[in-house]
Amino acid sequence: MSNASDLIASDIEAYLRQHEHKSLLRFITCGSVDDGKSTLIGRLLFDAKMLFEDQLAAIEADSKKWGTQGGDIDFALLVDGLAAEREQGITIDVAYRYFSTDQRKFIVADTPGHEQYTRNMITGASTADVAVILIDARRGVLTQTRRHSFLVSLIGIRSVVLAINKMDLVDYDEAVFNRIVADYRVFAQQVGLEDITAIPLSALKGDNMLQQSARTPWYTGPTLMGWLETVEVDEERRQRAPMRLGVQWVNRPNLDFRGFTGRLASGEVRPGDRVRIQPSGRESTVARIVSADGDLPLAIAGDSITLTLTDEVDVSRGDVISGADDPPEVADQFEATLVWMSEEPMYPGRVYLLKIGTRTVNATITEPKYRINVNTLERLAAKQLTLNEIGEVNLSLDRQIAFEPYTVSREMGGFILIDRQSNATVGAGMLRFALRRAHNIHLQHVDVNKAARAAQKGQRPCVVWFTGLSGAGKSTIANLLEKRLHAEGRHTYLLDGDNVRHGLNRDLGFTEADRVENIRRVAEVAGLMVDAGLIVITAFISPFRAERAIARGRVAEDEFVEVHVDTPLDVAEQRDVKGLYKKARRGELKNFTGIDSPYEAPEDPELRVNTAEITAEEAADMVVARLRELGVIA
Amino acid sequence: MNRTHLQRLEAESIHILREVVAECERPVMMYSIGKDSATMLHLARKAFYPSPPPFPLLHVDTTWKFRDMYAMRDRMARETGTELLVWQNPEAKAQGINPFDHGSQVHTDTWKTQGLKQALDHYGFDAAFGGARRDEEKSRAKERVFSFRSDQHRWDPKAQRPELWSLYNARKRAGESIRVFPISNWTELDVWQYIYLEDIPIVPLYFAAERPVVERNGTLLMVDDERFRLRPGEQPVPRKIRFRTLGCYPLSGAIESGADTLPAIIQEMLLARTSERQGRMIDHDESASMEKKKQEGYF
Repeated sequence: MSNASDLIASDIEAYLRQHEHKSLLRFITCGSVDDGKSTLIGRLLFDAKMLFEDQLAAIEADSKKWGTQGGDIDFALLVDGLAAEREQGITIDVAYRYFSTDQRKFIVADTPGHEQYTRNMITGASTADVAVILIDARRGVLTQTRRHSFLVSLIGIRSVVLAINKMDLVDYDEAVFNRIVADYRVFAQQVGLEDITAIPLSALKGDNMLQQSARTPWYTGPTLMGWLETVEVDEERRQRAPMRLGVQWVNRPNLDFRGFTGRLASGEVRPGDRVRIQPSGRESTVARIVSADGDLPLAIAGDSITLTLTDEVDVSRGDVISGADDPPEVADQFEATLVWMSEEPMYPGRVYLLKIGTRTVNATITEPKYRINVNTLERLAAKQLTLNEIGEVNLSLDRQIAFEPYTVSREMGGFILIDRQSNATVGAGMLRFALRRAHNIHLQHVDVNKAARAAQKGQRPCVVWFTGLSGAGKSTIANLLEKRLHAEGRHTYLLDGDNVRHGLNRDLGFTEADRVENIRRVAEVAGLMVDAGLIVITAFISPFRAERAIARGRVAEDEFVEVHVDTPLDVAEQRDVKGLYKKARRGELKNFTGIDSPYEAPEDPELRVNTAEITAEEAADMVVARLRELGVIA
Repeated sequence: MNRTHLQRLEAESIHILREVVAECERPVMMYSIGKDSATMLHLARKAFYPSPPPFPLLHVDTTWKFRDMYAMRDRMARETGTELLVWQNPEAKAQGINPFDHGSQVHTDTWKTQGLKQALDHYGFDAAFGGARRDEEKSRAKERVFSFRSDQHRWDPKAQRPELWSLYNARKRAGESIRVFPISNWTELDVWQYIYLEDIPIVPLYFAAERPVVERNGTLLMVDDERFRLRPGEQPVPRKIRFRTLGCYPLSGAIESGADTLPAIIQEMLLARTSERQGRMIDHDESASMEKKKQEGYF
C-alpha cells in the first residue's frame, strides 16, 4: 500500500485511474474467535491502511483498556467492537468489512459467534466468491472445520484458502503444517472441495499475511493477501453460460416504450439477439439495451439492464428472458436442499412463499428425505427441520418456473422461503433438479387438515353468524363485512337466502320443520367451510335458539361468532323492503317471524348491534373490531 | 471481461432500487442533500431511465441546513423531474427547537427523528430509501440492506431477516415499513470516485472556499446566516474551509482545506484519514449513539 500512498500524494489522478479499474472480490472468513479470526480480519484492514486516524486512536486506547496483547494493538478489537451487541447480547448474523489494495476492492463477510452458526454462515457465504477457512495450528482439523467446509461447499464456493493460523505457537514447524494439510485434504474431497490453497500464517505477528515470512522458508506458496489479490473471480464462467434475465420490473413511461429491467444472471446479450420468454415460451428479438448514458451494444452477466423487444409480447415480473436456442428448463416439482433458518420448525405440508430470482410462488414441502448432520455428514431420518438444520426435500409449486440447478447458477437455482403469516424469511434452499412426473410428489404422509388449510390461507377460520328479524339489516351488514375482510386479504364466503334457498334448500318451504332443516343444512355447510379454512358469514333470521346452538356446536368453541342484529320489530316492519311484513299482516305469509312465529333473541351473543341507532357501516365496523378483539383477525 | 468494483456496486444498487419499486406500494427516497443522497438519486435516475424515479423525494428539514443545501435540493428535484416533499416537524417549529438553546441531541431528535416518523406516517410510505453505508461506522457493519420497522418505527433486532444472495424479502404487514439502503456496500472512497466519474452535482460546501468561520471548542463552525449566536468575544473570520459531511450548519464542523476539486478532495480524504462521522457532532454526545438513534427510528 506504500506505493499507493505515494501515488495519492504525488498524482491523485493517476491513483484514481488505478482505483477505478480495480476488480471486486467478496469472501467469507470461517472460524471462531479462538482461531484468531478477528485478529486476521483486523490485520487485513490495518495492513491495507483502511483505518482512519480516529479509529486507530480509539483502538489504541481500547487496546490499553481491554486488549489481550499487552499494550500492543489488539487487531481483534477492530472488528469486535460492537458496543450494542456486547451490552445487549444481540446476535449479529453477518458483519461486512471493506478494504482495498492496489489490485482489488474486498468485501469481507464475517459471521461472528457460535450460535446460529449454520444460518449465519450460509447467509454470509451466499454472496461470497471465495472462502478463508481458519485453523488453529495447535489444534488441527476440528469438527467445526468440517462443518465450515461442508457449508462452504454446499453454497457453491469453489476456491478455498486453508489458513493455518498461529504458526508462531508451533514454532513455524513444517511437519505440523503438512500433517494438518494432509488431514484436511481427505475430508475436503468428501465434501467436494477441490481448489484448496493452504497457507501457514500468524495473523498476530503478520507472517505470510502480506509478505513471505522469513520464519517459514519451507513455504513457497502465495501470501494470504497475494492469493486474495489474484484468485480468479467466477465472473467469466457466468458470462460464458447461457443468457438469463429475470424480469424485475416493467418500465412503461408512456404507451410507446416498454422496457424490461433486471439483472443479467448469466451470459451476454446484444441488440438483435433472438430471445425466448419463459415459462410462456413466446419468442421475440432484442431491439435495444437502453441506458441513461445511451443505448448499449452489449450487456454481460451481473449488469442491471433495461431491454426492449421488437414485438408486443406479454412479459411481466418473474418471467425469464433467455436465448431462444438455449432456454432454461421449466418445472413445478423439485428436489432441493433446504437450510432451515427459523425458530419455528419447518412443517411438511404447510404452504410457504418461495422467492427465486424475481418470481414468488406458493410452495409445499414434503417430509424431508433425510437431514444432514453438518459435523459428520451423516444422513439422518427426520420428520421436520428445525433451526440450523439442513435436509433434502421435495417441493411442489403452484405454478411452473424457469430455473437452473443451483450448481449451474446461484441466481437461477437459489431460493428463500417466507412464512405467509409472519412474513419472516424462514429458510434458504438450492434446487437440485426437477422431478419427472414418474417421481411426482406424494403427499400422503402429510395430513391436510383444517389447520393446514387455514395456514395456507394465513387466517383463523370461523363462522360469523348473523341472526335477527327480517329487515333488521343482516344481509347488508354481512355484505359490508365480507367486503372489508376481502379487502384485507381474507378468504371468506357469505351464505344467505339468495344462494342457499335456490339450490341446496330448494326442496324446503317455510313450515317450522322446514325452517329447522334449513338452518341445520346451513350450519353443516358452514362447518365444512370452516374445515376448509374459510371465514364463513351467514345471514339468516334463524329465530330458534336450539338451531343456533346446533350451528355453534358444529364448530370449535372459539370459531363461532354470533351477531345479533337487534333491530326492534316496529323499525324492521317500517322498513319492509320486500313487502313481506305487509303480506304477513294480511295473512298471506304463514309462520312469519315476529308476526305469527316467535323470534328467540340470543341471550349471550358475541356482539349485539342495533341498526335503529347506527348505520350498517358502523355496524360492520363493530363486527370487524369484535373479530379483532376475539383474535379471529389480526 | 471483468467489470470494475464500481460497475458491480452500481449494478447491485440499481437492482435493490428496482426491487423495492416492484414489491412495495408506496416507496419514498429520503433525500438529505449530502453526497450519499446525491449518489443514491443518481443511481435512481439510471435505474428507472427513461422514466423519472417512480417515487417522491422526502427531505426531513430542520430549518437549520446550509443555504447552499436548500438551493441544491430544489435544483435536483427540478432536474430529475421528481416530486419533492419537505417535512418540518410542526411541534419543533412551534417550540422553536434550535441547536443553540436545546443542544444537538434534542434538536436532532425532535426535527429529524420525530420529524421522519411523522412524515412517514403522514404520507403512509411503506418503504424509505436511505443513503447509509456499512463502512460509515462500526455498528453499521451488520446492518441489513432491508431493515424492518414496526408500525411504531422501532427497529427490532430479532425481527430482522437474513439476506441471502440478492433475494430480498420485502413482505410486511399493514403499518410496518422498511428502510432500504441501496448503497450499503459502498465505501466513502467509492462514493467520491463515482461522483467524480459520473460528474454528479454536489453541494459547493464540499469544496474549499473562503467562508465566515468561528472556532468553538476546537471545532470550526461556519456562520451561514444571521441566526448564528456568537458568544462574547467571537468574531467570524474568513477562512478557507470545506465540509466532509453536511447537516445542520451550527452542528457541522468544517476542516481547513485548500481542496477545491474532486481529485483534491479525494486526495485529502485519503491522506488525512479522519473518519467521516467525526465531523458530525451528533455522534459525540453519547457513546454508541448511532445504535441508540437507530433503535429510536433515526436512520
